[in-house]
Amino acid sequence: MSLLELRDVAGGYGPVQVLHDIDLSVDPGHVAVVLGANGAGKTTTLRAISGLIPIRGDIRFDGESIAGKGPEAVSRLGIAHVPQGRGTFSELSVEDNLRVGAVNRTDNGDIERDLKRWYEVFPRLGERRRQEAGSMSGGEQQMLALARAMMARPRLLLLDEPSLGLAPLVTRELFARLSDINRDEGLSILVVEQNANLALDIGHWGYVLETGRIAVQGPAHQLHDDEAVRQAYLGF
Amino acid sequence: MQLFIEQVLNGVGNGVVYGSVALALVLIFRTTGVLNFAQGEMALFSTYISWKLTTTGMPVVAAIAISMAIAFVAGALIERTLIRPMAEARSPLNVVIITLGLFLGLNSVAQLAFGTDPQRMPSPFPSGSVSLIGDARIQKDTIGLVVVLLAECLALWLLLNRTTLGLKLRAVAANPDSARLHGIRAGSMLMLGWAMSAALGAVAGSLVAAERTAFDSSLMQTILVYALAAAALGGFDSIWGAIVAGLVVGVADGLTIQYVDALDGIEVVLPLALILVVLVVMPNGLFGKRTVERV
Repeated sequence: MSLLELRDVAGGYGPVQVLHDIDLSVDPGHVAVVLGANGAGKTTTLRAISGLIPIRGDIRFDGESIAGKGPEAVSRLGIAHVPQGRGTFSELSVEDNLRVGAVNRTDNGDIERDLKRWYEVFPRLGERRRQEAGSMSGGEQQMLALARAMMARPRLLLLDEPSLGLAPLVTRELFARLSDINRDEGLSILVVEQNANLALDIGHWGYVLETGRIAVQGPAHQLHDDEAVRQAYLGF
Repeated sequence: MQLFIEQVLNGVGNGVVYGSVALALVLIFRTTGVLNFAQGEMALFSTYISWKLTTTGMPVVAAIAISMAIAFVAGALIERTLIRPMAEARSPLNVVIITLGLFLGLNSVAQLAFGTDPQRMPSPFPSGSVSLIGDARIQKDTIGLVVVLLAECLALWLLLNRTTLGLKLRAVAANPDSARLHGIRAGSMLMLGWAMSAALGAVAGSLVAAERTAFDSSLMQTILVYALAAAALGGFDSIWGAIVAGLVVGVADGLTIQYVDALDGIEVVLPLALILVVLVVMPNGLFGKRTVERV
């Protein structure tokens, strides 16, 4: 059974409908990739899952319907959402940012262990633990956002265009870490990206969104190698 | 020399009051990002409630405690019913207008409900004074105010910086949308910020009124101007900054009244000039953190 399943999901902002009959699923331990041009509905799909916008249709997480639940409730069920813009708490220190990620956990000793662990994975964060998070570079803030999301020990990670505004080298580093997390912990990930190449490399299944509908889907490596799909939708 | 010291001590007494109202302003600002112009009038209303309770024969401390509890609930209700609908419409300017409306409304309602005659608020502190340096004496009221204020600050600082609840409050203030994605009930945190701030205001108002021979509905109006100056000088996001700046403003005011005849009767120029200078010369205040944001 899929960990996350969207059935006939439609939604948007006020009178503007962005998503039309989206069917999408993420299997346990898999990385699902959603590709598409600007305005295709990628971000809106994630916002629908997190309960940030009203939807029609059904969304099931681990068999339980989460349609109509607000973002606070969805987060508590184990879905961590790293939004576009990275959701940094600018005035808080790096360490406080990470602690916000763990704010609904009760296992205090393990929180300290997790902090240490993410400082090891991202040494820059450890060096800057007392620094205001807003003063870090975009790449560092993206690492912080990822570590903060992981501090909640989620069962599903939603990532909204993590490569946006990052240098190519930093982006590659970030996707390498994502791939590690997926492989080592079996964490399920749904990542929305414009950088199709990198995302499909670490993905298991890919979807291509076009004006709010799923135009193509298939195993990630197949999408990656399919000449027709690449030319029509992915532009590389 | 004795005159100088006594003026400084007077200034400390007033400065503590400015500091405590500034503290309430800073608390709402830090937790919700709103500058609450109605802070003073909310405190005035609470002061009237404290006073009304003492007229029934209730002990002063109990009256102030009940008034704090009422202010706590009222602060939460104001956030929920008046501020949040505006904030959700994403219009910070509308929120400012609402707090200005509250400012005028609460003052008028207080006059309607409690009358316009000056009233006497009994003090929870012993009367009299103790000698401090040489012949200079300090009122026991003033010492009491300083102790209460320092205790408030310490409690707030511990709450914000040492507890999970405080972390949630700060997270919501920094980025409400992101906080919600981390499972934090942003609405509850905003209500709590207003509730605590209103309760702090209730203490400040009641104690100021007790320090004076009488109070009426204009009690908090000049105080709010001085408190705004203190909050600006302290940097708006710093708890200790609000207190230190409150004392600076209070002492500067006391000395100005004593030694600068030209400002006789228009002392309120001082805090306004201070706000102006702070905004121009160091917009982050003495203790405020410089906001650096990279994208």
